[in-house]
Amino acid sequence: MSLIRLEQVTRTVELPDSDPLTILSGIDLEVSVGDRISVVGRSGSGKSTLLNVLGMLDSPSTGQMLFEGRPVSTFSSGQRDRIRGRDLGFIFQQFNLLQGRTALENVATPLLYATGRQFWQRDRIALEILDKVGLADRASSMPEQLSGGEQQRVAIARALVRGPRLILADEPTGALDIETGEQVMALLDEVAKESGAALVTITHDPKIAQLADTHYHLVGGVLSAVDQSVMT
Amino acid sequence: MNAFFTGIVGAFVEAAQELRIHRTRVLLSLVGVAVAVCALTVVVGAGAIAQQATVEISERFGGRPASLALQVNMADGTQPPKEMMDKAWADALDRYAISYASRNTQASQNVQFVDGVSMVQVQAVDPEFGPMRRILLDDGVWFADDDAQRLAPALVVNEVFWQRLGAPALNTNPTVTLLGADQNALGVVIGVYPTNMWDTEPAMYMLYDGYVALADTEAQANLWTEYSLWVPPEIAEELRVSLESDFSGALGEGATATVYRSDIGAQGQEDPFLAVKLVIGGIAGLVLVLGALGLVNISLVTLKQRIREIGVRRSFGATSGRIFFAVMMESVVGTIVAGAVGVVAAILIVRSPWLIEVLGQGMLTDLPPFPIEAAIIGMVAATAVGALAGLLPALVAVRVKVIDAIRF
Ligand SMILES: Nc1ncnc2c1ncn2[C@@H]1O[C@H](COP(=O)(O)OP(=O)(O)O)[C@@H](O)[C@H]1O
Ligand SMILES: [Mg+2]
Repeated sequence: MSLIRLEQVTRTVELPDSDPLTILSGIDLEVSVGDRISVVGRSGSGKSTLLNVLGMLDSPSTGQMLFEGRPVSTFSSGQRDRIRGRDLGFIFQQFNLLQGRTALENVATPLLYATGRQFWQRDRIALEILDKVGLADRASSMPEQLSGGEQQRVAIARALVRGPRLILADEPTGALDIETGEQVMALLDEVAKESGAALVTITHDPKIAQLADTHYHLVGGVLSAVDQSVMT
Repeated sequence: MNAFFTGIVGAFVEAAQELRIHRTRVLLSLVGVAVAVCALTVVVGAGAIAQQATVEISERFGGRPASLALQVNMADGTQPPKEMMDKAWADALDRYAISYASRNTQASQNVQFVDGVSMVQVQAVDPEFGPMRRILLDDGVWFADDDAQRLAPALVVNEVFWQRLGAPALNTNPTVTLLGADQNALGVVIGVYPTNMWDTEPAMYMLYDGYVALADTEAQANLWTEYSLWVPPEIAEELRVSLESDFSGALGEGATATVYRSDIGAQGQEDPFLAVKLVIGGIAGLVLVLGALGLVNISLVTLKQRIREIGVRRSFGATSGRIFFAVMMESVVGTIVAGAVGVVAAILIVRSPWLIEVLGQGMLTDLPPFPIEAAIIGMVAATAVGALAGLLPALVAVRVKVIDAIRF
């Protein structure tokens, strides 16, 4: 079942003194339930922009984006916010934990925008998911008391806490050393698989990309599928 | 509905977390808000008490709105014969179905105390006089209608009188001998009213008919009676005119009846504390504004760091409305707490015996409860300041572009 589909999506930005800059052009991409996709590209190739479009934080300049078959351009901004909260989970290179809040509070933050049981039992739910990433005993630690790997594990728990159907990870290991990065990525891969969520990972590290089933290259804003047999 | 509710609670939780993180700076500006709210509430609260005291004092002399006083003079300046006057009075009360009316005469009466006989000021009135003039008792009860039938006249005495009796418990029906010209009578003390600050002499109220029965002929002849009524203000003027003509007619040739509003003095009185109130209120307003500016400043200073946070929250599904509300809430939650502290402090100040003594001019018997509107004004001011202080940062916060906020 198709979750998100991009059809001939471009993204351009107007620059003050020169021609418009094309960041993404002619992107066709389909993300279905349970997919594990990697996008590899150099810095500046437009990876983050692509991910922001997928996450409805940014809109295509031309082309069409569908969410569950419905054009996203017809959604109100409030509807997009709610879909983002309910169905999408973000993981960032810089972890982006909220400063001054404990690990538990960070994980519970997305549940503040939920309703019903998810809202009222947010601390319990957050603790369960912290346990899944092996950090239940660090629940009351502040971000700065955690190592980079631990912070990213908190961020993974936070991305998963509302049970999203799609996780968007933007260079999740980019700020970690190689070994820790691999451990964290393995954990992300595992918990995503377990929850049944689709996972789109953006990276410039081929080793990280290997964990995915479907592989793409992004070069100068153009996305192309990588033939599986060429790899390894 | 559910989403609405969790949205509100959620915004509160976010705001409380935010306040916790910046507590020192927030606390400092909130101290200002608390002080200002306290001052504002004290001004309103103390003002209400001072007002109450002023009203009470003038009502005790002139009656409550609308009070009418009746005077009838014969051609020679004397009052008409008592029997005639009593009949005309009873008829008029009947005719106009007036439920609050009283005769009132001032005289003196010799009373036998343990330590000797004393001349006591007596005010002889009808039972309705109590509610008409807001007479409040420290102890015991005011006259009831059937007290007129008592053989031993009922007395409501002031505190000095009661102390002279040795402060007896009223349920023991303490009695005192009233010395008459021909025969003595035994009075029963049924109530005690507080003494004014400057009053050191014993005084008492008796029922009008009881007093007249006790008075000797000379005293009866010299009796000067005031007639007063307490009526709904809407009909006061109409009744005033009717009563004047009724009494002039009923008492025959040579009688002139004058009826006038006696409570006018209680109205249009300038608030004696107006200037003080304005000054303190103005200062409080200024402090409130400074506190608000402090809050705005803190919010704006921390906003830089928070732009990223706001982007992160948006990526977790926070709507822009929610962001607006949460940032706004930070100020409001803070000032509401500060406001509550200020109001509680104000209540303690206004309820302090010292302030009550000053404001009540020592005559306040009916201490008004802490005026709820003062507390409400304090809380509303605090909330409004919080909302105003939160508005600017909240507007900035919703304009944050998410992709710029989380770009690195
Ligand atoms: N709003 C913008 N205005 C101008 N240039 C932008 C904007 N957003 C992205 N870019 C440019 O587009 C290119 C792609 O950015 P990005 O998607 O962040 O790349 P990546 O994540 O692959 O490093 C970069 O050169 C960046 O400077
Ligand atoms: Mg990037």
